[in-house]
Amino acid sequence: MKKDGLLRVEDLCLHFRTNKGLVQAVDGVSFGLGRGLTLVVVGEAGCGKSSLARAILRLLPRNVHTYTGRIFLNGVDIMKLGEERFRREVRWSKLAFVPQAAINSLNPVVKVGNQVAEPLLVHRLAKTKSEAIARAREACELVGLPGDFLSRYAFELSGGMRQRAIIAMALAARPALVVLDEPTSALDVLTQANIMNLLKGIKQKFKTSFILITHDIATSSELADIAAIMYAGQVVELCNASQFYREPLHPYSQKLIASVPSLRQEKRPEFIPGQPPSLLNPPKGCRFTGRCLSRSNRCEKEPPLVEVKEGRRVKCWLYQ
Amino acid sequence: MLAVSVRRGVENKILFSAKDLCTWFELRRWGFFRVGSVKAVDGVSFELRRGETITIVGESGCGKSTLAKTILGLCLPARGELNFDGKRLNGLNTRQMRSHRSKIGYIQQDPYGALPPFMTVRRILEEPLRINKTGKKEEMKRRVREVLAEVKLTPVEDFIDKFPHMLSGGQQQRVVIARSIVMKPRLIVADEPISMLDASVRIEILELIRGLQHAHNLGVIYITHDLSTVRHFSEHIAVMYGAKFAEKAKVKDILDNPLHPYTRALLSAVPKLDPANVTTFKEVPPGEPPSLLKPPSGCRFHPRCYAIIKGLCDVESPLEFEAKKGHSVACWLYRK
Ligand SMILES: Nc1ncnc2c1ncn2[C@@H]1O[C@H](COP(=O)(O)OP(=O)(O)OP(=O)(O)O)[C@@H](O)[C@H]1O
Ligand SMILES: Nc1ncnc2c1ncn2[C@@H]1O[C@H](COP(=O)(O)OP(=O)(O)OP(=O)(O)O)[C@@H](O)[C@H]1O
Ligand code: SF4
Ligand SMILES: [Mg+2]
Ligand SMILES: [Mg+2]
Repeated sequence: MKKDGLLRVEDLCLHFRTNKGLVQAVDGVSFGLGRGLTLVVVGEAGCGKSSLARAILRLLPRNVHTYTGRIFLNGVDIMKLGEERFRREVRWSKLAFVPQAAINSLNPVVKVGNQVAEPLLVHRLAKTKSEAIARAREACELVGLPGDFLSRYAFELSGGMRQRAIIAMALAARPALVVLDEPTSALDVLTQANIMNLLKGIKQKFKTSFILITHDIATSSELADIAAIMYAGQVVELCNASQFYREPLHPYSQKLIASVPSLRQEKRPEFIPGQPPSLLNPPKGCRFTGRCLSRSNRCEKEPPLVEVKEGRRVKCWLYQ
Repeated sequence: MLAVSVRRGVENKILFSAKDLCTWFELRRWGFFRVGSVKAVDGVSFELRRGETITIVGESGCGKSTLAKTILGLCLPARGELNFDGKRLNGLNTRQMRSHRSKIGYIQQDPYGALPPFMTVRRILEEPLRINKTGKKEEMKRRVREVLAEVKLTPVEDFIDKFPHMLSGGQQQRVVIARSIVMKPRLIVADEPISMLDASVRIEILELIRGLQHAHNLGVIYITHDLSTVRHFSEHIAVMYGAKFAEKAKVKDILDNPLHPYTRALLSAVPKLDPANVTTFKEVPPGEPPSLLKPPSGCRFHPRCYAIIKGLCDVESPLEFEAKKGHSVACWLYRK
């Protein structure tokens, strides 16, 4: 199976206009993803993870300044499609989204079953209302939401059940790729384990591909095949997930792994001193310089993201 | 023995204790018709010494925040006893209660909603001093700068006139912590102080709280649903399930030898960084946490428990058995 058989993102940029200047939230991101595989995007708050998701799904706010790059889905550059075709042929049907903090965004006055069915109708993926409802019921079954929950309202459901409903909504049209933005970070550990089990099952059963966005590295290992480490709007390392967990190369990736707490370990987890740079006027050279212990003069120039070992790409002068 | 006590060579004094504490919310329909009561805290006992931390861990909705609010005097207990610094708290009048509250620092759940958006950091930190009428203006100014330095928001000038939205999540949480210590409390109640924060700042915030605790010999009641960091930041753990404590012991005893079936489930669900996770499924107890309006009969965990003793667990509520000195567990498997 080709590693970038399903999705190929090239040099994606998404910059926002603000009254203080340009926010370079996504700045030249490239990666590929094969069918049935999961890419995790990890990085600190504000590094542009959600913006990347929105750029891929073309769910853009009003103040976009730059939106460039290429996104191939099954070989078709979906950036070139017109808005209407994108909506009709791509979003929800092939490419679905579970937004950050979605469990609080369910409509309180519409029954859960109808909400799961709604995107099918809006995107004309079901011909009749009864067909949509039937497929919603199927999706709910798939995510372990009992049938009688369909006629309930969101506030009557626990956080875990609400998240299941939202995942059902994303899966209802059987998309090839689902982008999950922090799907479990608001949930407690048992519910989180349940949801990860569910996603893992769907991945195995239907060969669905996922892009999982999270800042929780331990949880990311539940689903990850490939890891993209994001820092200040850019991907600084791209590799097989197990390589990232076992032997991270970029100094930022190394810090991230050292910060993962473990129940059993006697060693105290570390934190990364300092803060990521502002995306308003990011430093000219490597964006991690300010916090990096291995920096030298050459880091004043921006390093490219290049292949350093079999299939591993790192954006750091130490490996060039 | 406990880290802090050893360092000081003496057993610290008991700072806070709760005995058989119950907090119930009356549920009414149309404002008067009594439907029942949500027993959000239902018979909880523990004690805490100065300089020590007790972590209260449990699933969403098990009553952790209600317990915190009862300790702070923000909820009135229906039953039970509270002692703080040698004084009984039950039956205090409003003024005494306010003075009590000022001796406890509160880091509330949801840091983003915790700070008033239209106040500067300076105003936010002066507010408790003003309300409690402590000291002159100069004194207040000094104290504000002092606490900002203590939570490492330095240089102070860079932060003191900012509004919350100008700060990162981690910095905002530092302001919340600064506010909680501005009255020089002896006890801090921290309700999920890190759950909304980025994983990489969590350790930093926990270390900050730990540092303040050591510097001022504070007691800390730390509420969380995540046990992954607890080994390094706490002396004791109480595992809460369905408004009751299921198990209570020293950190190491619980982590290395969990006894209650629920504690075991909780520990095995803690995310572990392991590439092998991709192919294995986690074992999670079936079902959902119990309703606190109509809790299950007998042991509240029995509908989800793999070790249930039929005819006992589903009928009678287990007592707290002392499995080992200082390690108590509310489960019939450990009956004497
Ligand atoms: N519409 C917008 N206009 C201006 N700036 C924006 C906009 N949306 C996001 N940003 C900024 O872009 C940066 C990246 O934001 P984004 O939400 O993508 O980060 P994130 O990695 O998802 O963070 P988190 O972990 O907190 O969810 C942040 O600095 C944010 O303030
Ligand atoms: N004022 C109230 N009136 C009625 N019920 C309440 C009230 N406050 C809390 N409850 C209920 O009491 C139970 C315990 O709530 P609490 O907020 O203490 O849980 P928690 O353990 O802090 O949960 P979380 O992890 O989600 O913060 C819940 O079922 C909640 O719905
Ligand atoms: S008392 Fe019984 S049901 Fe409850 S945890 Fe123990 S064995 Fe399980
Ligand atoms: Mg985000
Ligand atoms: Mg709470």
